Amino acid sequence: MTGTTGTAGTALGAPAERREGRQKVTGTARYAAEYTLPGRAHAWPVPAAIAHGRVTAVDTSEALALPGVLAVLTPGDAPRLAEPEDHTLALLQNPKVPHRGWCVALAVADTLETARAAARAVRVHYAPEPHDVTLVTGHPDAYEPEEVGGGYPGRLEQGDPAAAYAAAEVRLDVTYRVPPLHNHPMEPHASTAHWDGDRLTVYTSSQGGSTVRSVLAQLFELPEDHVTAVTEHVGGGFGSKGTPRPDVVLAALAARHTGRPVTVAYPRRYLPTTVGHRAPTVQRLRLGAHPDGRLTALLHEVTTQTSRVREFVEQAAVPSRVMYATPALLSTHRVSALDVPSPSWMRAPGEAPGMYALESAMDELADAVGIDPVELRVRNEPDREPGSGKPFSSRGLVACLREGARRFGWAERDPRPGVRRDGPWLTGTGMAAATYPAAAQPSAAAARALPDGTFTIRINATDIGTGARTVLAQIAADRLGAPLERVRVEIGHSDLPPAPLAGGSMGTASWGWPVHDACAELASRLAAHPGPLPAEGIETRADTTGKADADSPYAKHAFGAHFAEVAVDTVTGELRVRRLLGVYAAGRILNARTARSQFTGGMVMGLGMALTEHSTLDPAFGDFPEADLASYHVPVHADVPDIEAHWIEEDDPHLNPMGSKGIGEIGIVGTAAALGNAVHHATGLRFRELPLTPDRILAGLLSEG
Amino acid sequence: MNGFGYLRPATLQEAAEACAAHPGARYLAGGTNLVDLVKLGVEQPTLLIDVGRLPLDTVEELPDGSLRVGATVRNSDLAADPRVRDRWPALSQALLAGASAQLRNAATTGGNLLQRTRCPYFQDLDKPCNKREPGSGCGARDGVHRDHAVLGHSAQCIATHPSDMAVALAALDAQVELYGPEGTRRLPVADFHRLPGEHPERDTWIRPGELITAVLLPAATAGVPSAYRKARDRASYAFALASVAVALRVTDGIVDQVGVAFGGLAHRPWRARHTELALLGAPAGPDAFEGAVALELAHAEPLRDNAYKVSLARNLALDVLNRLAPATATA
Repeated sequence: MTGTTGTAGTALGAPAERREGRQKVTGTARYAAEYTLPGRAHAWPVPAAIAHGRVTAVDTSEALALPGVLAVLTPGDAPRLAEPEDHTLALLQNPKVPHRGWCVALAVADTLETARAAARAVRVHYAPEPHDVTLVTGHPDAYEPEEVGGGYPGRLEQGDPAAAYAAAEVRLDVTYRVPPLHNHPMEPHASTAHWDGDRLTVYTSSQGGSTVRSVLAQLFELPEDHVTAVTEHVGGGFGSKGTPRPDVVLAALAARHTGRPVTVAYPRRYLPTTVGHRAPTVQRLRLGAHPDGRLTALLHEVTTQTSRVREFVEQAAVPSRVMYATPALLSTHRVSALDVPSPSWMRAPGEAPGMYALESAMDELADAVGIDPVELRVRNEPDREPGSGKPFSSRGLVACLREGARRFGWAERDPRPGVRRDGPWLTGTGMAAATYPAAAQPSAAAARALPDGTFTIRINATDIGTGARTVLAQIAADRLGAPLERVRVEIGHSDLPPAPLAGGSMGTASWGWPVHDACAELASRLAAHPGPLPAEGIETRADTTGKADADSPYAKHAFGAHFAEVAVDTVTGELRVRRLLGVYAAGRILNARTARSQFTGGMVMGLGMALTEHSTLDPAFGDFPEADLASYHVPVHADVPDIEAHWIEEDDPHLNPMGSKGIGEIGIVGTAAALGNAVHHATGLRFRELPLTPDRILAGLLSEG
Repeated sequence: MNGFGYLRPATLQEAAEACAAHPGARYLAGGTNLVDLVKLGVEQPTLLIDVGRLPLDTVEELPDGSLRVGATVRNSDLAADPRVRDRWPALSQALLAGASAQLRNAATTGGNLLQRTRCPYFQDLDKPCNKREPGSGCGARDGVHRDHAVLGHSAQCIATHPSDMAVALAALDAQVELYGPEGTRRLPVADFHRLPGEHPERDTWIRPGELITAVLLPAATAGVPSAYRKARDRASYAFALASVAVALRVTDGIVDQVGVAFGGLAHRPWRARHTELALLGAPAGPDAFEGAVALELAHAEPLRDNAYKVSLARNLALDVLNRLAPATATA
């Protein structure tokens, strides 16, 4: 939007183009599976064909007999690993099968095709045990976890929620369901590993190369400086590459075992059971309110599942600790460990499903009390963060609601549901609020000025398609007062100063901070430096440890508001989105072009969550039959209408030197609720389970008669 | 790796002979489905006979007013053919409702008819599937089957045929021309695919070694008002939850020609003969349509999770019938 400082063209906020865009569209950007090292072999995993039990024998004879097969690693003979903290990486270390799809052998061969054929020729014998893969509320093994995703306490209780709810003049008790969802980045998970003596190099598709390095060092019991992780280009992750995944461990195991460089490129169909997914949630919302809409009780109780390998609890009840003023608040999670693939981070873990439920319930409350949904939210605006009692560093929710309503034409809306017919279509509009935490993690960076007047920024950041390279160059150019094209940025290599992952909408805040600090110091050093620079230039380094992770007296969040218009086909139950608009308050926007892309990308993903995306945990087999992109329906162009993303100026001095909040996730938060609320406005029906596929909508329309 | 031979025959005869001589041979045209299945290990051909360059790629108007569509005519070309768009619009609409632009550019007329079900259990070698491996069981029946058949399924198989094109062809009385060791023969498209019965491994009545050489659109349905409508989980690039193709001619208020076929409901395009019989000679109108469609769908046997298909198919059929009727009533 608007830049404030810097040389023309380098100002923060300018819509600078992605630096690697040309490489990507011309196919010269190299991804992890494309490092064709001399003698490189390929490995193909063998997924477990039972949901629970153990491997009793692996017959590799047929596989090993195929020409070109180098080895088949099995739980009995794979190289040993130190015990990992994340047990999804304890691969081929024991015969237990914790879920269907778990890797039980790895075939290594000269070519990809031979490795695949060999994997198919491996005969695995199992001792199966009964399995339990079905999420139910009141599961006998369900427990309340101490901690949920994001490190939040599993339970937060303020006031006397049960009594406050019972005493409320207006009461709403509704249950919302979100199915399993899958990240499915464009580039499937892949790694190429290569050993040189006891030094390991991996080219890997990961959101955080520094973590890959430390995890591999721990697993293979190496000093960290013996491990190099290269993450130069990464084709998306949406959280599923936030931690090292089986591909990188298997590639390193196979490379060590065979003495050859080895690539493991996971086929798309194996991703759902292998790289994490958003666990399904059942969310009970009880809202107590005065007749004027002010909340007297908010109870958000989440039931979800995790695997037996790793406890990961989708923190869906957490956003209820952030959003609305209420004298009584309950936000809890119950989880059962089942024989299912391990869930993990998926774009806006917690907020995406949790705000779907909360913002849908708020819409129902608006209906119940006869108050406009925008106004209802304004009336429940808190002075401080309800969960923590902290003041907000900035809270732009009301501004987003007002600006969104203005741009959308909300004032002209007829609130009556189910009355707008356009031929066979019923049309309606809906809205929802959005929130996402604004955080940062410690990071290091180096800045160097060279005698030719150029600058080099070095930091082990990862660009997963967001434009990280570009915005870091802008931050540096802005602070140095240099033209953008004179700043080089080196990222995606573990020899660079260590940096946290691209995740949690923290990348730019975490990385930009030491880049800013190193450039600030460099600028002072240059100002004080007489005469020409030495040949090697002048370098400064910054490390934000102790700053970025310091306790803050403020609650820091981005906020947003989503507005949607939908049309429901009464013949088929098909749903079409006519308009989708988001307004965000996310601190200072550092690059208008890449930011818009992040916002609208999140909204498209939210549209998918609302309308098309879901998988089913097969009760008989224990995996997800929707394992390819023909059956797991991400939105296609024809599903995506005119999408608008806007932002309001926000000047927040409590964040980081750039004044920025993360923007990678908030676009998905609230989109599904806005669409669901619009469907209610169109049809007069509440659908409380996602996605809103034609079968469900049509059944609702028909039962209504 | 699993090696296989590759042959590019110059003539039909050479293709058929090669197929007869090689058990496990498969004809390859656009490859949009077969190549996937080979990668998945569902198909393990010993020889691929690439018929994609045989001279079967033309659309020819015959003297009797019918249209002969070569087996390797691409789906996108057929959809765009002005004769098809004018005279058999349901076919053009069905083709455009299928797959994606990229796939339609590669997929052929013959290959489209011979594509296999997208049932996920069929595609997963680690799960039982009577179609892929006779006798192994059906994973879908008690598993995830929201997309599966409601008509004509058997204890052995509940898969659906995924083609949109075939549904329109069935309603339009199109025929398949087959070339094989025993010469050339024709079958109605509506009868070309089988119901699963005891042998779900056999999708069609094609005989070993036979090759589709053409599809014939008859003069009898040329110019008869027709339309195709499909409901799916997303706006494009998804298989039909249910679909319908209708050809309907009404003269003086009376139905004098009708073809109705459903897609997404069965192991084959489901020609709605009960509906047609009820309508033929009857006054056209919403009530007649409603009763006639109900007669057909009364045969549906929905599974645990796919009863919605029956109401969806009903709505689709009534919508298209009613849409076609007024335009023709005055003709």
